[in-house]
Amino acid sequence: MIPESMKKELLEKVASAVTSREAAVDVMKELQRHYGWLTDEAVDEAAEILGLSPLQVDELATFYEMIYRRPVGKRVIQVCDSISCWSVGCDGIMEHLKRRLGVEAGGTTEDGMFTLVPCACLGNCGEGPTMMIGDTLYGRLTAERVDEILEMENKRYE
Amino acid sequence: MELVLFKHNKPEGPLSLAEYRAAGGFQALRKALGGMSPEEVQQMVIDSGLRGRGGAGFPTGKKWSFVPRNLPGPRYLICNCDEMEPGTYKDRVLLEANPWLLVEGMILAGYVLGVEHAFIFIRRGYETPARNLRQALAEAGEAGLLGKNILSSGFSMEIDLHVSAGRYICGEETALMNALEGKRANPRSKPPFPAIRGLWGGPTVVNNVETLSNIPSIVQNGPEWFKGLARIPEAAGNKLFCFSGHVRNTICVELPLGMTLGEMVEGPCGGMAPGKKFKACIPGGASTPFFTASHFDVPMDFDAVAKAGSRLGTGGVVVFDEQTCMVGATLNLIRFYARESCGWCTPCREGLPYVQDVLERFENGLGEEGDIELLREHVKYLSLAFCPLAPGAMGPVTGLLQYFEDEIRDHIVKKKCPFKT
Ligand SMILES: Cc1cc2nc3c(=O)[nH]c(=O)nc-3n(C[C@H](O)[C@H](O)[C@H](O)COP(=O)(O)O)c2cc1C
Ligand code: SF4
Ligand code: FES
Repeated sequence: MIPESMKKELLEKVASAVTSREAAVDVMKELQRHYGWLTDEAVDEAAEILGLSPLQVDELATFYEMIYRRPVGKRVIQVCDSISCWSVGCDGIMEHLKRRLGVEAGGTTEDGMFTLVPCACLGNCGEGPTMMIGDTLYGRLTAERVDEILEMENKRYE
Repeated sequence: MELVLFKHNKPEGPLSLAEYRAAGGFQALRKALGGMSPEEVQQMVIDSGLRGRGGAGFPTGKKWSFVPRNLPGPRYLICNCDEMEPGTYKDRVLLEANPWLLVEGMILAGYVLGVEHAFIFIRRGYETPARNLRQALAEAGEAGLLGKNILSSGFSMEIDLHVSAGRYICGEETALMNALEGKRANPRSKPPFPAIRGLWGGPTVVNNVETLSNIPSIVQNGPEWFKGLARIPEAAGNKLFCFSGHVRNTICVELPLGMTLGEMVEGPCGGMAPGKKFKACIPGGASTPFFTASHFDVPMDFDAVAKAGSRLGTGGVVVFDEQTCMVGATLNLIRFYARESCGWCTPCREGLPYVQDVLERFENGLGEEGDIELLREHVKYLSLAFCPLAPGAMGPVTGLLQYFEDEIRDHIVKKKCPFKT
């Protein structure tokens, strides 16, 4: 369950929106931040806060790239696989990451640290190949740079 | 050339309000609120020839003029900063350097349309632009440039920032309105057009970031000046072009509309990357049919590019060298569209995976002669889809069939992709 203070904040957000639904994406994001992913419990809580049915919330949750209805690692690595990054070798970067992390696309490492997913254009097309980890964008990737970045990201959680 | 959108940029971080003001910022707003009627401002935008920079190139002033001003209830303005069309990153570069042109442009548009509540819909992952905008909106409020009674003119307006959770279709204007309302972001049928019945049923204008950022300079300097910025008389204004792929400089630059493709590649792009030879390009974002070196003389403007069989789109130019497999490039683009299809209508939901499968067969050496005809048929059927996503997805396929049919056939005859070793 989310803390009362958080629930109160979200209810205020909903109350100040034009319609309560308008705040749906913000509410889902906040709940996801709390739980790490949008759990069934989070869907129920979002529904209650928004005055929607859990099904209506799920209909939104399953639409968006950034809302996870399954558990993910502490850090989600998103590798752009769109055309500009493809033209400069994003496929090789994805293969390298799979090997390094020992997972397939969509998988989470055994230590629960990283989830690896392909994603659509990140708007960094001039500096591909590109990936995003959390809120941080990394461009001009090479295998060596990817290794450095993984090490750095790992350290952050030690 | 005279810069408009990148004029104020400085290398270290975003422009402050004080700096923007010192460079003449918000003078256009003062001019409009101080002595021009909304109709006069709208007429200036109509006369300027400004066309939408979000992909469709619709004349901006004309779009505004469709909005009925006599219906009861609120009207809305939405700035579209979804920018998820692969190869396009101009709105990010613009907002990272300067959020103020957009803020001033939106207030001016709001004044013309009589809008009290406007929105900026920004994609996920644009952390720096979102931060810049949040700060600019707060500062503008404190400075009396937003909120109640702007610059003591009696006109009031607020702007809300909505950060999306990521999905390409949210950039389509009617899907965007559903997304803002907190509904599943499937597109809506048109008519009714957003100008008549849009966000929460109210008359609504959706404009791109770059489009709105052009408004202050038009109001400040006049429509003739704006027209004169372009390289050819048929065009009007500058445009942000963002280059990627195999050119030397993969950068976003402001250029006069009407410069030829060849001039762009040889000039601002610095030619091809070392050791590479030009084969083809996407001229305006993922949904636009390919150009080849035979198009180097085409002036990069809406009508000229359309006449040459493609679209200027967003200005996202992706250049491919001779080692690029165009079947592979098309497959990559179709995979994007198949994944981003919102699933609402059958031609798109079912058709795109089918096209993807045909292209995969070519790439894997399993293609047959009849498959080329299948592709052609799908270009036709997918144009019947509910929204422009699926017809847009057929842009690259159209280009592939037109200029690279021999390359497809090579895949069939050799029973493998000739570019793979
Ligand atoms: C699938 C799809 C995605 C789109 N994405 C965007 C986008 O990210 N940004 C944008 O400005 N326009 C996008 N558009 C175009 C918008 O529907 C609309 O035409 C545009 O925002 C209008 O602004 P403008 O007249 O200033 O160009 C998209 C259209 C489609 C069909
Ligand atoms: S064409 Fe595709 S994206 Fe558009 S409504 Fe149909 S399924 Fe959705
Ligand atoms: S294509 Fe990868 S960031 Fe745009």
